[in-house]
Amino acid sequence: MTTEALALIVFLPLLAAAGAVVLPTAWLGLSIRVGLMPLPLLLLIPTLEVLENGAYRIALAGHSAPLGIAWQLDPLSLLMLWLNVGMTLLISLHANCSFRPGQPHAHRFWPLWLLLFAGMNALLLSADLFNIYVTLELVTLTAIGLIALEGKPPALRAAMRYLLLALLASLLYLLGVGLIYGQTGVLDLYLLAERLAPGWLSVTAIALMIVGLLIKAAIFPLHAWLPAAHGNAPGPVSAILSAMVVKVSIYLIWRLWFWGVPEWDLDRAALLLGVLGGMAIVYGSLAALVQQRLKLIIAYSTVAQLGYLLLLFPLASTLAFQAASYHLLSHGMAKAAMFLAAANILRSLGTDRLRHLAGIDQRLPLDVFALALGGVSIMGLPPSGGFLAKWLFLEAAWSARAWSWLILIALGGLLAAAYLFRVLAVVCLHPRRRGNHRHLKRTPDTASLAAMLLAVGAIIAGFTSAPILDLVEAGLPPGLPR
Amino acid sequence: MDSATLYVLAAAVLFGIGVHGLIVSAHLMRKLFAINIMGSSIFILLVATATPISGQADPIPQALVLTGIVIAVSATAFGLALMVRMSQETGKATLAVEDEPENDD
Repeated sequence: MTTEALALIVFLPLLAAAGAVVLPTAWLGLSIRVGLMPLPLLLLIPTLEVLENGAYRIALAGHSAPLGIAWQLDPLSLLMLWLNVGMTLLISLHANCSFRPGQPHAHRFWPLWLLLFAGMNALLLSADLFNIYVTLELVTLTAIGLIALEGKPPALRAAMRYLLLALLASLLYLLGVGLIYGQTGVLDLYLLAERLAPGWLSVTAIALMIVGLLIKAAIFPLHAWLPAAHGNAPGPVSAILSAMVVKVSIYLIWRLWFWGVPEWDLDRAALLLGVLGGMAIVYGSLAALVQQRLKLIIAYSTVAQLGYLLLLFPLASTLAFQAASYHLLSHGMAKAAMFLAAANILRSLGTDRLRHLAGIDQRLPLDVFALALGGVSIMGLPPSGGFLAKWLFLEAAWSARAWSWLILIALGGLLAAAYLFRVLAVVCLHPRRRGNHRHLKRTPDTASLAAMLLAVGAIIAGFTSAPILDLVEAGLPPGLPR
Repeated sequence: MDSATLYVLAAAVLFGIGVHGLIVSAHLMRKLFAINIMGSSIFILLVATATPISGQADPIPQALVLTGIVIAVSATAFGLALMVRMSQETGKATLAVEDEPENDD
């Protein structure tokens, strides 16, 4: 039963994507529904299984590892799957306004969207290093197709730059996989721990894979492709890119680090990754502070917020793991809400330049409210998911006596407040705000509703943390200190 | 020098050529070629790991290389399509830094 449900979680969106390509336009709506709507129900079955019995493993086609390919669902991947399903569904609500079947780009958007969804689900389930490479390529290529969808020159350029770097990144990852296979003869992520001894070749292999994934995750100083790509993509695409697509690369680094090579002595490498994360936080925030376009501000904010996910490596404790997972979750919702709200503003105003946004709150109150609520969570103000994540981070740094990380986390919150209040100040307090914007296009209510739902989700995440944090704790790698 | 070493050396040289091409060339077609050369070098390395010390060759790396080639072909096709579209829209097939009007009006 669980096996069938997990198979459907990948294959239904895949089938729907194929259907969206070959079936006539009149059937597009049906394909979309088939590919998206049953997913939460289907995910309930494996959820009950994992909550009751712990990690669930499938040997595909009955061939067990090391020869066969395995899928493994444990509490962490379960959390990621729920996040992916929830976000994709909510963002699809928004996409259904801008890419309603019959509209110009709809027949190109939905197949790619469903394929991206299927690819992400497969990636999160996979336990095989090469299979992960294949799913990563699927995710990257569909994501780039979605960025380039509308064919505007800046988006095309951003997509091309992303493509070249992403292909380079994939090759580095693949080279690492090849070196690991050459030494161990296994490709299963969960068999590495016992088979892969530290030596110069295996260290090189793991380092290559991590560098590849850092490029895909746009970690400073490998972030250069992200702002243009996320800032020029269509709204729903920016939302899923910032909320999920860059995060799965970091999720994979966590997997490699804590599950693949848990016995290695990696203190110096952990420090290096932590420093990169810190630089990402400071640089991304400062860059967000000087941008003139709303979507670019939000995109640079993603560069900054991704840095927190790397602080897990130097802190390496149960608390830090909970903090990082919770940050991943609440930042995902908040950032998706902000990108969707920005997309609505851009759509009705025709521009998202900051100086044109004065007074927009009177005309698009719901979207500005969603933007502000998302911002509250990103800044880490209580009560919100972002606040809780930052609090857990501070607690983790405190109990590890890591004062420099403590200061960095606090500074990151202040900087986030600075770049977000800059936006809100222009929107709500600018002297030119009266009488502006007489000729706005109306945004569809569903589009604003989707942004609002995600923003409210990011706030509610501040209240309902216990079951999620318990789930994360249940899925922790062995041997992590409290 | 045995054949495995030869393969690994060839892979290293090709990888270097690929990286050089990716960085140095401006035209997107050359950049895509460079990426393909890097890909080939990794495939050679994978095949080298399958070289039998005694008896049969290991089939798994060969299966990986086949899959890898399929992915490389699709990614290249996509990259070329994107490049063609770019040159139709902007009149050139390069990514110059001054083309990024991030913040101007």
